[in-house]
Amino acid sequence: MTPAMLPLITGAEVTFWICAPLMVLGALGLVLFRKAVYSALSMAFVMVNLAFLYAAMEGPFLFAVQVIVYTGAIMMLFLFVLMLVGVDAPDSVVETIKGQRLMAAVAAIGLLALIVLGVGGAVTGVATGLAQANAADGGNVQGIAGLIFGRYVFAFELTSALLITAAVGAMVLAHATRVKAKAGQRELADQRMKAYATTGAHPGTLPSSGIFARHNSIATPALLPDGSIAQASVSSTLAERGATVDAHELNQITGGTFAAVTAIRDAEEDEE
Amino acid sequence: MNVDNYLYLAVILFVIGAIGVMLRRNALVAFMSVELMLNAANLVMVAFSQQYGNLHGQVGTFFVMVVAAAEVVVGLAIIVTIYRTRRSTSVDDANLLKL
Repeated sequence: MTPAMLPLITGAEVTFWICAPLMVLGALGLVLFRKAVYSALSMAFVMVNLAFLYAAMEGPFLFAVQVIVYTGAIMMLFLFVLMLVGVDAPDSVVETIKGQRLMAAVAAIGLLALIVLGVGGAVTGVATGLAQANAADGGNVQGIAGLIFGRYVFAFELTSALLITAAVGAMVLAHATRVKAKAGQRELADQRMKAYATTGAHPGTLPSSGIFARHNSIATPALLPDGSIAQASVSSTLAERGATVDAHELNQITGGTFAAVTAIRDAEEDEE
Repeated sequence: MNVDNYLYLAVILFVIGAIGVMLRRNALVAFMSVELMLNAANLVMVAFSQQYGNLHGQVGTFFVMVVAAAEVVVGLAIIVTIYRTRRSTSVDDANLLKL
């Protein structure tokens, strides 16, 4: 066998055999993970790998667009909405349609067989490669620009209409009309006085957090004159998480310091 | 390198995306599976662009990305609207049209 007969292993091939299994794994993760955030991260992983494949297939422009638009914009939009609607709602595993999984599996195998048998082996011959097409206009970006602003200019203009419609549509859909009038200063004051009259809630501001020699964070509860904690002085969220500073410890420090000071004072008085 | 390998990869990704659409109840995950199917189609177009040595496939991929961006914006807005009224993103809970 002469060296010319050896199959030529190109960089594109190496990239493909590294990226393709990872992409399939990522795609499976997208479907199989129960938590939606993991699915979204798997999807982002697949898209980054796809960008590498584009780069290997002589498409540097699409490589950049794939990373910026898909991974950067679209997936982050997905994650944003995921955070907005609550990430902790797990998918239910109960089948609502009887035998849905089985039917889905059959449909998937059928689809796979249909496409593979349909297109598998239909393409013969070595790829032409884009070296010539890319060089014709002086580069990949210039070549694509020549097509977009030349032959496909009407489609390109139409996408602007599409994008503006999508933006307006999203604003209309996401807009929530106010059901009740916004409470102004007058109404808020009335509410506070009404609460004071009915439940005895203090109408003034809440007590500030405790300020001590060693602690002055918002997690420090203020102490009432009798040494107990003023519950309203720390945020209820912090109190629920147990993130507040222990007031009894503060009490002990204060008590210890006070005892030391009185001891010195008493000693001085005794000397006199 | 023959374009066949890319086609088989794209087919696998497309079918996995289809499975996701069929099986997952979370609207967001189903939507992401649709995106995966779009990406698989993009891969085919770029691969054929390389096979035949012209840039039309890459331009097509570019347009698909534009349409996908618009689709995602509107789709996510719809999901947020449904979530606001029904407090759920499960596609099973949107059943007001059911008898």
